[in-house]
Order: sequence, then C-alpha cells, then structure tokens
Amino acid sequence: MKITVASGKGGTGKTTVATNLALALADDHPVQFLDCDVEEPNAHIFLKPQIGQRKSVEKLLPKVDEHLCTRCGNCAEACEFNAIAVIGKKVLVYNDLCHGCGLCKLVCPVGAISEIPHELGVIESGTARGFPFSHGLLNIGEAMATPLIHELKAGIDPEALIILDAPPGTGCPTIAAIQGADLALLVTEPTPFGLHDLRAAVGVARSLGVPIGVIINRDGIGDDRVERYCEEEGIPIVLKIPFDREIAQFYSRGVSLVDVLPEWRERFISLYGMLTAGLVSDIPGERRAQNAPLQEGGGK
Amino acid sequence: MRLCITAKGPSLGDDIDLSFGRAAYFLFHDPKTGELHAIPNSPGAHGAGVQAARIVAENGAKTVITGSVGPNAYRGLVAAGAEIYVGAEGTVADAIAAYKEGKLPRADGPSGRGHGR
Repeated sequence: MKITVASGKGGTGKTTVATNLALALADDHPVQFLDCDVEEPNAHIFLKPQIGQRKSVEKLLPKVDEHLCTRCGNCAEACEFNAIAVIGKKVLVYNDLCHGCGLCKLVCPVGAISEIPHELGVIESGTARGFPFSHGLLNIGEAMATPLIHELKAGIDPEALIILDAPPGTGCPTIAAIQGADLALLVTEPTPFGLHDLRAAVGVARSLGVPIGVIINRDGIGDDRVERYCEEEGIPIVLKIPFDREIAQFYSRGVSLVDVLPEWRERFISLYGMLTAGLVSDIPGERRAQNAPLQEGGGK
Repeated sequence: MRLCITAKGPSLGDDIDLSFGRAAYFLFHDPKTGELHAIPNSPGAHGAGVQAARIVAENGAKTVITGSVGPNAYRGLVAAGAEIYVGAEGTVADAIAAYKEGKLPRADGPSGRGHGR
C-alpha cells in the first residue's frame, strides 16, 4: 500500500501527518518512508534517520560540436521546452530549461550533439527508528525536482507500507509524488487559502485516479467552508488535528506527537484501520483501475 | 532599420506589453518606410523568452523596445545581435518616440528575472 500525504497549500501539516503516521504504524507494519519534498525536505527533523547511502541523480545535457553543426535548427524545432536555440550563427543551450530527454541528439542529422551528465541532486537513504527512510535533496539553483522523486520511487519495496511526504503545490513534483499511490491524504487548514488550494489538490488527485481522504489541521480556526466543500464533493474527512498550543510546542522542538501523547498514537493507528477498511472510497472503481504506473509522467 | 516593439495589440496605438517573452504581439516596424508587421505571440509553457528571441532574429530586427527582458531572452537577443531598450511605457507610438529621443535605457544585462518579473 502506498499512501501519499499531500496538500495544495504549503505549511498545512503534511510532514506532521506523514511522520506521525509512519511512527504510529512502524511497530506493526513494514513501513518505508520517502520524503519527496526535495526542495525543502524536513521529515528528517522528526524521524532523525541514520543516513547510510548517498546517490547522485543526474540529467543529460546536450553539448554541441560547433564545427560539426550545420545550424539546420532541427534540434531547436524538436525541443518542446525551447532549451536549445539556433539564433544567427550561434547554437544556444539553456541548461535550466532542458529536461534531458535526448531528442535533440536523436534528430541531429550530422551527429553534432553529445550528452554530458549534470547533477540535479542526491538521494540519501538510511534507517529511521527501525524502518527504511529516504529523502531527496535538490541542488541549490536547480529547477527540476521530478527526476529526484522518480528516483526515490524507484527504491520502493513492493512489500512495504509506503508513506510518501509530497511537495506542496499542484505542479509536476506533486503529481510525481501522488501518481501511482493507492491513497492521497490531503492535509488542509480550515481557511479560505486552505480551501482554495485543497480544491486544486483534489483536482490533481482525481485526475490521477487516486482516492482521497482529507485531514483538517489547525481545526478550530477559520470557518466551516472546507467541511462543507468536502460534504458536497463526497470526500471523507478522516482526521482533525486541533489548533493547540501544546501540539505546536512539540512540533517546534522536533518532537513527534505520537511519541509524547499516546492518544495521538491511537488516533493515527485507527486512521490507518479506517483507510484499509475501505471507508475511504472517494472515486468510482473504473477510475481507480486507470491508476497510472509508478514511473510514468514527465515535466519538471 | 527594423524595430521590434512588444505590444498588447497589433497597431501603433496599442499599449506596450511590458513582458518580452510573453508579450501578446511583436510589432516589426520601420520608421523610415512606415512598414508595420504584427506577429501574434503564442508562447509555450516553457522557454517563452528563448522562443521570442528567435522570432526577433527570424524577422531581422536589430533593435528591441520592451518593458523588461529576462535572462534567457537576453542571451538569445545578444546572439541575434540585437540592441535592447527597456522601460518603455504607454502606447507603441509613445515608446517609439521615447526611443528616438534617447529616453529609453539600453539594457546591458537582463532587466528582469524572467517570467515577466
């Protein structure tokens, strides 16, 4: 089973939910934790892993031999991302725009394009509290997060209970983290911003055919519009975490709720029980059947 | 001498489009002959600045008048041998007048961070 914890809005409590769920379930289930928020991973603050392996993730950038190049422009025409341009007598390669697909090399009629590896970031793997932990670290200045997320997902143990902490937003990195999951837990807060971005996240999960459960964090602030929205859309609200000073204080010290408040351990365990009992069935069966395989999808 | 001006519409009376790569129109204009040729822009999701620089190069303009240019567009325009004048405002006709009077600063680097910022 693969559970992706996601949200539209940042700072809603994805990592709180993902890490507490992992810690609550690890005693009785073969948990594997993947922090896919490769631009700003922070699950390690709570799970305190021992990192044993580091693996570089690269993309291939085109290198043009100016002597062989005839300036025909086939490469520039072929590139979906405008990452290579022939302007006047110059051939320009834009590293940041390049997605590393290699099409320019394929279409070059004179073999003037070779490919050179360029590091995007690293995957660090190890053990946290007895279960496997991995996170991706995108190098500073790099724009392309999805190759790291795909690499993290390539390390999934098919027998494990996978908990993925997704990046915020609804762009390509979030899609990469939700795609192929059995369930998306969408964490939101009961505010107009929370609702706005929840709607966007629901749209992403539904278009990927992934069932949804909503978790309301900081319950007690804002208004009831998130609850009304979920009711109208038939989306189950599977957990509420109150806006509470004690919870915030533990969080600010990097202490997980389930380690200090036994009732929260019980709540996360029963949440998982509810999820596996099939109480979360937001979408009809045929959409679930279209659930895309793990390694598909591109973009940034 | 052919100018390229970024505009919100196809005529000299339309407003300047402050973004280079994602401008609505590129107006190619020769002030001596009065020739005016408007090309609507259809930028893709990625690399709008690069694509726009290619359009300028392919249409033979060596002077660009716009609001600001991002880093990718700047590199492309330099390769095209174009001079870039930024900070244009008002209508296209206003901007051409300001350019002729030497009131627009010439960009010696990207004036924006890309994405129209």
